[in-house]
Amino acid sequence: MALLEVKDLQVRVEDREILHSLSLTVNPGEVHAIMGPNGSGKSTLSHVIAGKPGYEVTGGQILFRGEDLLEMEPDERAAKGVFLAFQYPVEIPGVATMNFLRTALNAQRKARGESEYSTPDFLKKVREVAKSLNIPQDMLKRGVNVGFSGGEKKRNEILQMALFEPSLCILDEMDSGLDIDALRIAADGVNALRSPERAMVVITHYQRLLNYIVPDYVHVMAKGRVVKSGGKELALRLEESGYAQFEDAA
Amino acid sequence: MNVVLAKTDTGRAVSTSFALARERLPGSGKVAEQRQQAFEAFERAGLPHRRIEDWKYTDLRVLMREVLPLAAAPDTAALSRAEAALKLHAIEGTRRLVLVDGVFAPKLSDLGKSENGLSIRTLREVLEAGDGALQGELLASDNADPMIALNTAMATDGVVIEIASGTVLEQPLHVVHVASVGAPAAMFTRSLLRLGRDVSATLVESFVATEGTKAYQTYDSLIVSLGDNARLDHLRLVEDGLEAFNISSAAVTLGAHAQLNTFGMVSGASVSRYQPTIVFAGEGARVDTNGVNLIKGRQHADTTMFMDHAVPNCASREVFRAVIDNRAHSVFQGRIVVRPDAQKTDAKMMTRALLLSDEAEADNKPELEIFADDVTCGHGATTGALDESLLFYLRARGLPEKEAQALLIQAFVGEAIESITNDQLREHVIAAAQRWLEARG
Ligand SMILES: Nc1ncnc2c1ncn2[C@@H]1O[C@H](COP(=O)(O)OP(=O)(O)O)[C@@H](O)[C@H]1O
Ligand SMILES: [Mg+2]
Repeated sequence: MALLEVKDLQVRVEDREILHSLSLTVNPGEVHAIMGPNGSGKSTLSHVIAGKPGYEVTGGQILFRGEDLLEMEPDERAAKGVFLAFQYPVEIPGVATMNFLRTALNAQRKARGESEYSTPDFLKKVREVAKSLNIPQDMLKRGVNVGFSGGEKKRNEILQMALFEPSLCILDEMDSGLDIDALRIAADGVNALRSPERAMVVITHYQRLLNYIVPDYVHVMAKGRVVKSGGKELALRLEESGYAQFEDAA
Repeated sequence: MNVVLAKTDTGRAVSTSFALARERLPGSGKVAEQRQQAFEAFERAGLPHRRIEDWKYTDLRVLMREVLPLAAAPDTAALSRAEAALKLHAIEGTRRLVLVDGVFAPKLSDLGKSENGLSIRTLREVLEAGDGALQGELLASDNADPMIALNTAMATDGVVIEIASGTVLEQPLHVVHVASVGAPAAMFTRSLLRLGRDVSATLVESFVATEGTKAYQTYDSLIVSLGDNARLDHLRLVEDGLEAFNISSAAVTLGAHAQLNTFGMVSGASVSRYQPTIVFAGEGARVDTNGVNLIKGRQHADTTMFMDHAVPNCASREVFRAVIDNRAHSVFQGRIVVRPDAQKTDAKMMTRALLLSDEAEADNKPELEIFADDVTCGHGATTGALDESLLFYLRARGLPEKEAQALLIQAFVGEAIESITNDQLREHVIAAAQRWLEARG
């Protein structure tokens, strides 16, 4: 069974249709890249999959392992294994990162009927993951993302992804704001999580990221539609000839 | 009965109550005279109502309607109920002083060997046998405020704590007001805390009820003076039963270079009003006050604070936060007066309200009256709901709605709670806030 099936999805924001009959199927183990110019609806798609309020789905459906995702609360989706690494992670002053990570992880485990992590096990796990992502311990004591640089915020998203072990990872413009070293560290973190059970949807504006996270499939989005799908060579073609050709098609 | 709807009724009804109570009220001679005057002042005014500017958001004629009769002195059963309630509200490592239904309860209090320089007596003792000057100070009353006048007239008991100059009191004092009445009744307490020069002390006040104690009224008044260079950490926790009324005032005076650090939290009582007046009497003093309301249902919680910068070179900081759910109503009235001589005053006031429901209400009335020219004064206010984008981030990470809200509410009040320097007291307050969040479901 497909992990994620988006079928003929139509989405409106404030009476304007943003996604028009968008379809996408992702199987376990696959890495899909979604590329497209700014404003083509990539973040909108990721938000609707994660359950962000404010979007009206006027048609189509989203199935996750055959279950209707649109019927679920955002926290239920997370517990089922949907994870979105945000393009713009928010800052949450007053909520210590460690406390947030523990509360979130245990909430997901509880929703799945699993036992809570013991504190030592939890700490050990966080430290390991943080180390592999080059995240210093003192960052974990601060408020969630408070005072983090753009790159640190993105690494914090990958840290959460590694900790929660989701089955579907959606990475929205993970590369924006990262220099080449930071990009490599983050991409290594993502690659380490690739597995036959886990699928990834990598949203990006540039093909650069795809040198580090090599996709199985590439989809080009323009004006709220998938206008072209293909293998990884499609990304290279885009790099050469740009998005204009596809925008005309859409 | 005790209905105080109109002035004439007020007079007759409470007169009867006062007459009946009189023989139980400690003190005679001058003390009794002061009571009589205060009572007459209350009788003339009746319960404050919205047409009185200071009370426009808290109309006691509508909210409270009547002053209940004086509570009987607690019997054995009431005391043992109180003992059970203390288990939940006790704070390890403090010296506990307990008032049950407005009467000092020596058996529930910790009167063991006092640290040097610490003297503890009851209001009753002092009014019956103390020196005249102290008695006069205790019953000094701003009779222009009917609720203070009523408290002066009816004050039954309380604690009178004096700390000699130079004393560093290690052990916090914890004054616990326990309501344990079987039937609806009112309790009136008045306490005094005097810190000599160079004293450092911590006072915690808790207002709580025994299980099953419902409709009652508690009227408290606290008089505090800080000698030169003294420091007081003050915590005030209103955890009264949800049908109770708590109408309290405080009069604080600071000597030169004195420091007051206060934290107040209201999570209990159906209707509460706290009116502290803080007067700077010596230069170089500083006050930091943090207030938190955590209210829900139809609770009404009013803090009306008066910061009186009477002398130069003093600083005051007021940060007031309210978390308001359902149809609850939070009121903060902050008045700052900078007298003509009080140059170099640095006074700031900030209120922040977090509305958890569309019907929640926050009223905020800042009043700055500045008569000196070389001062820094300011106030600010924010009102809003929880940030949707933060909530979504937390929910996308697996936190159910209420838990996500709880985390953000904790963060909102956490900043205020961080101002409590004593670890044990801070933990106690965090636990109280936690109980409130858990009760939200
Ligand atoms: N909350 C919103 N309100 C109004 N328009 C929006 C909102 N979010 C996105 N849009 C519009 O939807 C389109 C797609 O935006 P987005 O999904 O952010 O694109 P991308 O991520 O591909 O850059 C844009 O035209 C954008 O202006
Ligand atoms: Mg985007």
